[in-house]
Amino acid sequence: MIDPLSVFLLLLSASTPILFAALGELIAERAGILNLGVEGMMITGALAGFAAAYATGNPFIGFLVAALAGAAISLLYTVLTQVFLANQVASGLALTLFGLGLAAMFGKPFEGVKAPPMPDGPFGINWIVWLGLLMVPVIWWFLNRTRRGLILRAVGENHEAAHALGYDVRLTRTAAIAFGGAMAGIGGAFISIATVLQWTEGMTAGAGWIALAIVVFSSWTAFGVLAGAWLFGGVTVLQLRLQAAEVDVPVQLLSMAPYLATIIVLVLISARQTYSRKAGGAAPGSLGNNFHALR
Amino acid sequence: MQRRTLLASASAILMALAVPAMAQDEPLKVGFIYVGPVGDGGWTFQHDQARQAVEAEYGDRVETTFIESVPEGADAERALTQLALAGNKLIFATSFGFMDPVMNVAAKFPDVKFEHATGYKQAENVATYDARFYEGRAVTGTIAGHMTKSNKIGYIGSFPIPEVIQGINSSYIHAKKVNPDVEMKVVWAYSWFDPAKEADAASALLAEGVDVILQHTDSTAPLAKAQEAGAIGFGQASDMAAFKPSPRVASIIDEWSPYYIKRVGQMLDGTWESGASWAGIGEGEVVIGEITDAVPAEVKAEAEALRDKIGAGKYHPFTGPLNKADGSEWLAEGETAPDSDLQSMNFFVEGITAQIPQ
Repeated sequence: MIDPLSVFLLLLSASTPILFAALGELIAERAGILNLGVEGMMITGALAGFAAAYATGNPFIGFLVAALAGAAISLLYTVLTQVFLANQVASGLALTLFGLGLAAMFGKPFEGVKAPPMPDGPFGINWIVWLGLLMVPVIWWFLNRTRRGLILRAVGENHEAAHALGYDVRLTRTAAIAFGGAMAGIGGAFISIATVLQWTEGMTAGAGWIALAIVVFSSWTAFGVLAGAWLFGGVTVLQLRLQAAEVDVPVQLLSMAPYLATIIVLVLISARQTYSRKAGGAAPGSLGNNFHALR
Repeated sequence: MQRRTLLASASAILMALAVPAMAQDEPLKVGFIYVGPVGDGGWTFQHDQARQAVEAEYGDRVETTFIESVPEGADAERALTQLALAGNKLIFATSFGFMDPVMNVAAKFPDVKFEHATGYKQAENVATYDARFYEGRAVTGTIAGHMTKSNKIGYIGSFPIPEVIQGINSSYIHAKKVNPDVEMKVVWAYSWFDPAKEADAASALLAEGVDVILQHTDSTAPLAKAQEAGAIGFGQASDMAAFKPSPRVASIIDEWSPYYIKRVGQMLDGTWESGASWAGIGEGEVVIGEITDAVPAEVKAEAEALRDKIGAGKYHPFTGPLNKADGSEWLAEGETAPDSDLQSMNFFVEGITAQIPQ
């Protein structure tokens, strides 16, 4: 028999990296930034965090450094898209490729060494898992109940109107990109510091892309991101548990389920846009478009 | 004659004169495609070590290049074509999933020789090579059978292909031999290298009460999870020494250098021929890493004795009587498994209750 509580505990830690990365990307996308560089920022965080945790012996310093490193590498994307107004999709892909290569190069000295052990938080659940869960209501509150959150959404929905009202579009977006980078960095570091305890090249193995899918699945809401992360993480954990318990299930079907769910959500969103006047739940209006004040 | 054409024709003549002379000195170009990054600390790392051993052995006479992290599938064909067009005369494709791409590209470049790891399709210019990993699995299975307290051992499989199924069967048979109560749980990760997923797979096994984890995936993530839970595991493909003395109590190391050096040498003196190589502990291609003190001395001695017996060719890990999981007879008393049975192995042996996904 499979004990649901143990599945839930596994699900919590399995979904943490993608939860962090997706929450960060959510903020960026709500500000109108489509940053496909999540994978690159995650791997940067995974390496920088691991290196710092290894050097200092303190995993929490590792996570702090991971956040800073993720934010730092996202600056590159900021310069490309906010200063030189480069295409966001191409810049994001470049950031992913660059991050993967950079981390592989600087990671060589850290191969084969082990991270310091991570102390458990309350209920035997990792502190960073708790932090991730806490970030969900915080981000919901920020987006819906604070002035800065509303400005950020205004910038994402219609940057020209926001600009006309006197809000600094580029500054808002720069901050949103940096936040996204920091969150992706923490998510990546969770894999290297808390899950695998070692640095290996390419260790994020596509988690950044799943995070991007989750943001779409969530229809750009914080609790939707949590649901998406749990769905993706939960299906992974559940199908492995079912296998270990020798329950005969088609593994391929289960692995496919989250992607199928994403497609269904996308269809539902576009149906709602077509058949109802309400704009809620749709993508931010200026998503993926660059802004220039003189245009 | 214009100066430009004069220069062009002069250089063309020089080139033509130079080519025969250079053919002697020009190094043999050898290409490699890897399925993972060279820094994976496992499978690909070991292949790259062997590539470096080839360079060290032949020095200026060879020139090697590699392309890492090549996905199995259509992209592999592109990478292979690229290597062939770049003048590589011998190309090593180091993963099972490169099989059909290798066959396709080899047909287009009859002058280029290909070496495909762990596959079963050969051609005039395509040889295959593999290691008898199941010999090493017999040794780790013996240790696992002795070490488990819950009598449940877990196996993280990558893909349900013969190479992996051999390993599962061999581990189980030898664990069972020393511990008749042992049970084997199998989880398929459907990846050779995905640390996060491998960690989840290990957690799933641990939650089922498993206390010894064997893995046929390439990252150290399962060892990290085993350590957290107080379980043990084994290094896979490379030594994974960072996890000594426990949870990593022993390891199976792939040592490709002897084969790579031999085959490149045959290219250099023109005696290369297609074929299928399948070497094991005896030839030094499968190496058992240090068995640590976390294992009781008598278990260690037993494991090493088994290793030496297999290495000397006195014992075959698949020796009858053995039945298939469905109860039908596979090997009679004293009979050993023919290679053809192993290379197409698609069944578990009797006693393993898990199903092989179809």
